[in-house]
Order: sequence, then structure tokens, then C-alpha cells
Amino acid sequence: MKYYRAHVLICSGSNCAIKGCQTIKDALVAVLNKHELQSEIKVVDTGCLGWCEQGPSMVIYPEGVMYSRLKNSDMDEIVTEHLLKGRFVHRLMTQSTDTLGLASPLNMTPFFQKQRRVVLKNCGLINPERLEDYIHAGGYTALATALDKYAPEEIIAMVLDAGLRGRGGAGFLTGKKWSYTKAALGEPKYLICNADEGEPGTFKDRLILEGDPHLIVEGMAIAAYAIGASKGIIYVRGEYDLSIKRMEQAVLQARENGILGEGVLGSGFNFDIEVCAGAGAYVCGEETALIESIEGNRGEPRFKPPYPAEKGLWGLPTCVNNVETLANIPAIIENSPTWYRSLGTENSPGTKVFTLTGNITNSGLIEVPMGITLREIIYDIGGGIPQGRRFKMAQTGGTSGGCLAEEHLDLPMDYDSLASHGSSLGSGALLIMDDSHCILDLTHCFLKFFVHESCGKCTPCREGTPALYKLIGKMTAGQGNQDDLELIHRLARTMQDSSLCALGQTAPVPVLSAFRHFWPEVEAHMTGNCLAHKCFSGRGSKHDH
Amino acid sequence: MIEAPNKRSAQIDVFVGQPGGMLKALHALQSQSEANFLSPADIKLVASKFGVPVAKVWGTVTFYSLFATTPRGRHIIRVCENAPCHVVGASDILAALEQHLKIRAGGTTTDGLFTLEATSCLGVCGVAPAIMIDSTVYGNLTKEQLPALLAEYRQEAQA
Amino acid sequence: MTIELTINERIVCVAEGSTVLDACAKAGVKIPTLCYHPDQQIKANCRICLVEVSGQRSLQPACAYPAQSGMAVYTSTPRVREARKTILELMLASHPRACLECPRNLKCELQLLANELNISESPFPRYERQVPADLSTPSLKRVPEKCINCRRCVHACLVTQGIGILYTSERGQETVVQTVGREPLGDLSCVLCGQCLQVCPVGAITEIDDTDKVWAALADPKKHTLVQVAPAIRVALGEEFGQDPGGIVTGKLVSALRMLGFDKVFDTDFTADLTIIEEGHEFLERLKEGESLPLITSCSPGWIKFAEHNFPNLLRHLSTCKSPQQMFGALAKTYYAQSSGHNPRDIYVVSVMPCTAKKFEARRPEMQDSVYPDVDVVLTTRELARMLKQAGIVWEALAEEAFDTPLGISTGAGVIFGATGGVMEAALRTVYEVVTGEELGRLDFTAVRGMEGIKEADIEVGKQAIRVGVAHGLQNARLLMEQVERGESPYHFIEIMCCPGGCIGGGGQPIPTTNAIRQKRIAATYLADESMVLRKSHQNPAVTTLYEEFLKRPLGLRSHELLHTHYTPRTK
Repeated sequence: MKYYRAHVLICSGSNCAIKGCQTIKDALVAVLNKHELQSEIKVVDTGCLGWCEQGPSMVIYPEGVMYSRLKNSDMDEIVTEHLLKGRFVHRLMTQSTDTLGLASPLNMTPFFQKQRRVVLKNCGLINPERLEDYIHAGGYTALATALDKYAPEEIIAMVLDAGLRGRGGAGFLTGKKWSYTKAALGEPKYLICNADEGEPGTFKDRLILEGDPHLIVEGMAIAAYAIGASKGIIYVRGEYDLSIKRMEQAVLQARENGILGEGVLGSGFNFDIEVCAGAGAYVCGEETALIESIEGNRGEPRFKPPYPAEKGLWGLPTCVNNVETLANIPAIIENSPTWYRSLGTENSPGTKVFTLTGNITNSGLIEVPMGITLREIIYDIGGGIPQGRRFKMAQTGGTSGGCLAEEHLDLPMDYDSLASHGSSLGSGALLIMDDSHCILDLTHCFLKFFVHESCGKCTPCREGTPALYKLIGKMTAGQGNQDDLELIHRLARTMQDSSLCALGQTAPVPVLSAFRHFWPEVEAHMTGNCLAHKCFSGRGSKHDH
Repeated sequence: MIEAPNKRSAQIDVFVGQPGGMLKALHALQSQSEANFLSPADIKLVASKFGVPVAKVWGTVTFYSLFATTPRGRHIIRVCENAPCHVVGASDILAALEQHLKIRAGGTTTDGLFTLEATSCLGVCGVAPAIMIDSTVYGNLTKEQLPALLAEYRQEAQA
Repeated sequence: MTIELTINERIVCVAEGSTVLDACAKAGVKIPTLCYHPDQQIKANCRICLVEVSGQRSLQPACAYPAQSGMAVYTSTPRVREARKTILELMLASHPRACLECPRNLKCELQLLANELNISESPFPRYERQVPADLSTPSLKRVPEKCINCRRCVHACLVTQGIGILYTSERGQETVVQTVGREPLGDLSCVLCGQCLQVCPVGAITEIDDTDKVWAALADPKKHTLVQVAPAIRVALGEEFGQDPGGIVTGKLVSALRMLGFDKVFDTDFTADLTIIEEGHEFLERLKEGESLPLITSCSPGWIKFAEHNFPNLLRHLSTCKSPQQMFGALAKTYYAQSSGHNPRDIYVVSVMPCTAKKFEARRPEMQDSVYPDVDVVLTTRELARMLKQAGIVWEALAEEAFDTPLGISTGAGVIFGATGGVMEAALRTVYEVVTGEELGRLDFTAVRGMEGIKEADIEVGKQAIRVGVAHGLQNARLLMEQVERGESPYHFIEIMCCPGGCIGGGGQPIPTTNAIRQKRIAATYLADESMVLRKSHQNPAVTTLYEEFLKRPLGLRSHELLHTHYTPRTK
């Protein structure tokens, strides 16, 4: 392998791509060529570093120095100062609070210090478009180990022992789900990777797919081996162009190198993957709706039972797992279930990838051990609330999750603690809102999402979601009354109790959560007071386009 | 132009029988449409290839927000309206776009260059507020940046 | 295997594989339903049948939930009642409130349910679906704003009939059953069978009401009004007046029509017998020539339109015989006009049919062989019932009367036209005797009777072994036609009826028409056949006279002018 004295890793995750990392790269390469450094310095496109707020950014190794908010014009200085003279360009360094002006390695910055990267271990470190890079980083050893050393039942037992719970939202034990599909009759069996990420504020799956696509191929292959599936499908959200491209490329590379297809890695196990693209429907994240969509139908959920494990895609046994769930599998096989349990909490082992958005200094992608507190995430990793404002609330698990108020800041982030407070870990979205926002205005905004995304199949969701939206709209317009409140409660109960799928069942959660944690503020609207001064004056209906 | 339907027809043959094949075929046909939509002929073609009634394909097409059944502008501007963008000022962005383009969300400019769509989360909340023009995302936007951004597309269209 | 569970704490035993809804029915508890239909797949989308099931976090739809051993089900707890009420109120919030204007008023499942649940108005914000009504066909009226998205029509169109003109489109609150591109039915390959209408719980799809035209004709002193009644009406009309399905009401039907003011009350069974003579000879001719076999029946206008759209290259297989309705019309304005001394211009022919497609058939341009429209107006069974009610006719008080002659004389063979397999059976009774010259021992060809989708039989007719096939419901028809298309059809003669069960299950019949009800109407049909003195078409004396006086011979020149037709290839 050719030796380079330095590597420049340019973050090319979607969030940075937006900010023009390609032009940064072109500019850098031009300057390197000018100084004839192309044989000494290697420039690598890599996956998301997570610190999206700081993008476009790059990391220069071996020093591990991160430069952020880059412009094309900065490239000259970085090359001449850092790469030629070995002097750091302090004004561009991400660690802007370092008063001593000393170089701090990347993992010492608060943004990274509290993180524990299992799923994201390669993101930002390897070129996701090169299979060699993944293998060099230890990739596919878990698959080889699984095929070589363990029977399928043993893999399932390991995943059960590790206590891995589904990372898509519901938190069902992955090992259990696998064992149901394994036990079901019917051939072939399907393994579907659910990459139809659509929960507002969530972009973890996108960045995992873009940053480390082979990790998903490997996770899927191990899962398929365990449940006896010969066909894999990865259903990627239609808007995620780069994810689709990277996954297609990774599947092709894996196929060409004997990792997929007949006789995976020379074993007797056959498995191949197809990449499918969605077409813009949040509800397809629900596993039976996703299956309908793959079959070419309207993405509407099916009645369960039968569950997909028994009758899924084309009526055959099917296991649907989330991207992050599958991304955890290789690490569990490689390091043992005991190791996995050493991370996180008793009932929620492992790490969790969160996406930090809203009124927060460092928005982006982070991976932390389960059980970390909301306060640590917001203030240590997230850098607190910008513009000197006060924390008002955090919505966890996306729009179908619930809201947590200031008194919940020390709540451990795990499945059960959040559930006990009417919220959920869900997709890992963490939306932070400051005190400039009105709870009812936000609730109205949350509901609009469900109005747009309700599939229209069952009555409570199809008719109830817009009704709830209009009733909350009436309150934000200052026209709500006591009867409306009672109606909202009754409607919310019915939707939770009688909708066909989780979309309709969780659509009232933001309303109930607002009423539960911010009642005085809600009540104030009844007497014509919006404490945040957002509502009334004709602005109440501003979401009505 | 007489050859075009046959060519399109051959192009979607590969998707028949594939998992997710129908959506792939629809994506492929729409991406070739100059007006960014699926025509009645496209829908009939897919129905006959996949052996399903046209009304069923219509039902599928109208279900998904990325498909359109009426002509749209050459560029689709998608503005996220969900909470992560909302809390950092997305409604101002949408309002500014509506004002600048002189259309409401869902409309197409008279020159046929832009269609403005309010959408659900685009998954780029790390740089909210964000909009997508075709498949390019623009993040951390302020409404002041919009005229220059749109001007680039206009220039490109003229060139 | 039976399983035991409790419904409201009372033990009930049901067969394994039953649903909670089945178990509730067995326990004597009625669960409200809307999207559920006994002849369709479970949809579980309306959610009105929700019940509490032990161990389940949320309420479960009784129609879909499997009954399990030891399960405890509660059907009327405050939680269940609140959910049902809320769901129904939500439906009502997006459903037009002008019940009095709706043809389904007082027969609307949504309205009846609202009444049962004691709901008079919805507290939820109103939503009006902006979708225009479709009045593009002479048969069906679609008013999508009334649609409650139960999808029963989608199933009827796609699964029962295998057509798929109607499908769920859009999403969220804009979700509505639609045609492709919202095109009007008249521009599509809809066959107008009305099976969608038959399963619609509300008034979103209804027949086009032609009763006013009939009232006007009856009131016009210059018009000589004739009415013909299809075979399937006599075994169904009683249901419109509260009778149990399966009653034969021929006598009351005739007297009621006289009371309405028709000058003559005739029977389509007469031309059904005539059809057998013409079609029987056509079959024998084709058999002799060996051409265009199998011959396929042409009585069912929905089937004809289906063939024109979907198998335009196989139209030569269709019998050129007009349907009995149209043969009647053509003869009424020629033969009857001559023999009764009426100017055909003044004769007004009204048909009472179990069928919405018949309205379309009567308007086909080729159906004017008497120079005038052969048939002026087609009424469905339901429209006739509506007229009788408007006229204040008390059903129970009606006497039983007989049809007028000569076009009211018929045989049992004409009667069984109303049931699937009936035309074939009637044809076989005649063909056998015409070919062999021997009397048929057993008249009942039971192999072609019943609700099975595709039936077949082998008959020795003289030295010739004949294989016949029978299909009802267009899904089944398509299968037989695909065989013909591939050149693999094993049959000489095929009967196809558009609607499941044949005409007795037509789109113009009383609502509800379920398979269970169809079976009762079929049983009544064969009972009516058995009670006839004459049971073979060629024994019909009026038909014999008709040939002697007017037509001269089967397939003769006059027959060709008046009783035969041609078909038009149509696009898909």
C-alpha cells in the first residue's frame, strides 16, 4: 500500500454536501497540485463527522485536527501552513474555545468526548465508496466469524443476550423478531432493511448509509444468515439520492467480491440484496406499509395479525429491521454480547444515535451510550441553547414522540425512562426548542405533519388527524373553548385506541404531551393569552397553505 | 417522437417482477419527463407492463408525494415545513419564496421554471432551515439568500 | 376444532378460524360494521366494529381479529361506545348532510348506524371533499363526496369483477375512491354492471333514476304503454317490501304493474324462450360448420361491453342474438304493433330489469331496428319498488294476476334465464330435442347450476358429445375468455353472465344482494321453473305462433333484421 504522510478527510455527508464540500475538495486538490503534494497527501471523501453545524469541515491526520466552516479561499492557508509548515491554522479550528491556542485532538473536543461510536465508528474515517477501506477498518470479519464459527441459532442467541432492541422506534427485542421469522414456514424468506427514515428531525440512517454502507451490507448478511433469509431488500427513502447511490454501489462491490450472492464468503450460505427507493410517504416506515410499497401498492399498513414474520412480502416470512439496528450487529458478533451489555443500561443496552436539531449550538449527528441524560446531550455535546435563550422543551423520538420540559433534563435517555414520561426514544430525533416558542403553535406544526402523512386508510386517522389539527388551530387563533378541549381529549383517546397503525395512534401524542407538561400555557390561550406571543393576531392559521 | 414510447417501454421492462419495481419504473418515467410528472400514457404503460389495472397505478401514484400527475416546473423547490425547520424559521423561508416566485405552495411559476412544494422533513435538519431544489439541498438558509440562489437557476435556464 | 371464548362474559363456542365478529354473531350480539362485507376480503379500515379484547392494549376490529380460545371480548364498554361514537361522528363530519336528497335515504348504512348509536350531528369541523359527481353514463351516478372510503366498491370492481375501474386514490383526508385520472365512467371500460353500487353502504354510487320518464309516459293518453319484466324480478321484488329473500312474487308483480297504469303487462320470459330458439339454431349451425366455436351467449349487457373492451378480437364468438329485453322491444314495435293495430310511434316500452347495464344497452344505436328505440326506458327492480310506493300500492293487499297475452306467455326455460347456468340449461333442453327428435328424460342439468364460479358439463346430443361451460362474475368470464384467446377452450358453447349468480344478483336488484341472498333467489328461480306446465322454450305456443305469423323461421330474414345484432370493438 502506498504511504502518504498525511490524510485529509473531507466530510461528504449530505449535510456537508449541501454546504459545498465538493467545491472545497476541488479547491484543495488544486492547491495540492500546485505545490506538487499529490503523492504525499491523500484527500479522502468520507462519511458524516456528525458536527453538521460546523460544516463544511475536514480532519487532517495524523494530528486529528478538525477545520470547520471552510471556504474555498481557506485552502491555500491550510496547505501552506498546516501541510507544508506543520503549523495549525487556529482561526479555522473547530475547537474555537481553546484559549491556549493549543491543538486539541478531535476526540478531545466536548462534541466528541462524551460520544461512544459503535455504529458510527467508521463514519468520517473511511471512504465509504471503497470496499477496501471498510475491510481495512476491520469490516466483514464479523460476517466471516458468524459464518465460520456460529450456527444461525447461536447468532440469534447472541443478539438476544446482547439485549439489542429495535432502533426504529418500537424497541422490540431484535433477537426475538429474528427467531419468529426463523421459525416461520415458507421459502424464500426476506430480510428487509428499513431505511425509509422520515420522522421529522431524523437523519441518522441517511448518514449511516452514506458514511458506512458496507456496515449495513454486513449487518444484513449476518441477520439473513441467522433467520435463513436468502433475499435482502433495502428500502431507502426516495429523497435520499446519495444514500441510494452509495448502497447500490456497496451492494455491487460486495457482489463482485463474493460477499453477496451464491456462497457468501465461500460458505454454503446464499444471500443477495436489492436496493429499492421509496417515493415520498412517511407511513412507509411502518413495516407492513413498507412491504405494500415494495409490492408496488399504496403504502398502507396491513392489519396485524398475521405479522410479517409469518406473512410478509408476497405472503412470505419477512423480517424488517431498522438501519441502526442492523448496524449494531457486526459489533455484537465481533466483541461479544457481554461487551455490548457493558454499554448503556440494563434494559436498554448499547449506544443510541441521536440527531440534534432545533435551537441548539451544535446541531448534528451523535452516538452516545444509552442512559446518558438529556442535560449532558444538550449542554455538553450540543453546546447549549444559542442566542442566550432558555431551554423550553425537547421533543424526543420525532414528531410522534413526546415533549419533555425543563424538569426532565436529568432523565436518562433510554426506552423505558422516556416511555414512563409519555415520550419515546423513537427514531433518535432530538428537537430542542427555546423559550421563544409557543407550545400550541408547535403542536399545530407537529399535527400538520400527520395531516400530510396520514395514509387515509382507517377512519380515526384519516378524519381524526385533520380534525385535531383544526381544533388546535382554533385554539391558536384564540377561538378555543371548553367544549373544544373536551372534544380534543375524546378525539385523542379514540385515535390512540382505534387507529390501524402507529401513525394514527401516536398522532395525538404531541397534543397530550403539551397538555400534560405545559398545561398553564395551553390554558392561557383560552383566556386570550399566548405567553410566547406567537399566536392570535391572525397568525394562528399560518400553517394553512 | 414515434419511437419514444417503445424506448420508454423497453426501459421499464427490467423493473417488472423486481421488488419495488413499480416504484422504480415510475421514478424512471417521471425523471425523463420534461414537465416533471407522470402522464396518463406513462400510467397506462406501467399498468400494462405490470399487469395491473390503470386505476390501481393511479391510486399508487397519487399516494406518494414524489410523484405528480399534472405538469410541474423544470425545477422542484421543496420546503420542509416540519418542526425542526419551523423552530428556526422555515415559515419565513416559505413565505419569502412564495412572495419572490409569486406563487403559493403547490403552484408553478408562469415561466414554467419552478414548482414550489411544501413537504415533510427532508432529513437534513442538521442544517435547518433547508430547502431542496431537485436533488440538491440548501441548508442554513436565510430569506436574504434566496434571490441569488434562484437567480443561478434562472441564468442556467437562459444559457 | 371448536374454541371457547367469552363475549361480554357469556361463553360461546365457534369453529377455529372464526373471527371475533363471527363469535359475536353466534352470541347474539350485533356489532356495527361498514367496510365489512360477507362476500369480500376483510379490510378492517372503517374501525366501527372495534371491541375490547383481553390482553390487547388498543381496541381491535371484530371483523378481522381472530377468535382465540380463552379470549374475553367486551363489545359495549364505555371505551368501545366512545370510540364508535367518535369514529361515526368523524365520518359524518365529511359526509354531506342532505339525507333527504339522497336515493339511499332511510336505506343508508351510515344513517342507520347513526340512528342506532343515537347520533344526530357531528361536533367535528366539517370537511367537504371537492370532487365533482359523475353523471356520464345512462346507468350509474357517482357522487364521490359521499364516499366513506370503506372500499367495498373497490373490491367489487377489482376482485369480484376483475376490472379495476375504481381504486383508492390520493391520501390523507383527500383519500377517495376514484377512476384513473378522475375520468368519467363513460369514457372508461366500465361495464356498468353496478356491482359497486350493490355493495356501497351509502349513496356514493346509485343508479340513474328514470322513474319520472315512466310517470310521464303513463300519464300521456297518446302512449300505449307496455311493460316487460325480466325473470329475475319475480324472485327479488318482495325484498323491497320487507319479504324474506327467496319468495316468488310473480302474481303480485303483475297486478302491481297494472295498478300503476300500464296498458299491457308482458314477460321478458317470452323473448327468453325466443332467444333459445334463435341461439339454439345459431349454435347448431356453427357446430355443423365448425366455425367460431365456442359460441358464447349474449344476454348480459355488462358481459357484452366487457367483451367489446377486453376481447375485441373474439367478438365473432358471441351469439349475434340480441338480449331478450331488446328482442322484446323490437317485436313490440313491429309484430305486436301490427297485430294489435297500434302505431309503433305511440308504443312506449318500459323494461323492469335487475340490471343497470340494461339502461346502457337500450341506448345502443344498433338497438333501433324497429326505426324507434326498441326499448324506451329501463327501470331497475329498486326503481320499480320506488314507483309502487309512490303510487301508494300496498304490497300485502295485492292480488295475484297473470301476464297479458301473447307476449306474456312463457315456459320454465325462460324463467331460469335469471340464474347462472339457466340460459345454458334452457338451450340444452331445446337443442337436445331439436337435434335428436327425442323427448328429454331429465330436464334438470344440475351440473350448470349453483354459485361455483366456473361450471361445465358434457352432454351427448345424438352422436355428438358437446361440452359446455358456464361462468358468472367477470373475473371468471375472463378466465374462460383467455382460454379462447389461447385457442385452448375445451367448450362448444359457453354461457357468461356478468354478475355473480347471474341476473338475480344484478346491480339493479334490491340492496343488499349478498351471495347468501343470491342463493335464495336462485332456489326460488328453479322452484318457479318446476311449477310451470311448459318447461322447454320450443314448447312455447306463442313463440310457435310468432314464427308462423311473422318470423317464418329461426335465423330467417326477419329474425336477422329484428332479433340479431353486431358488436363494436372498444378500447380498454
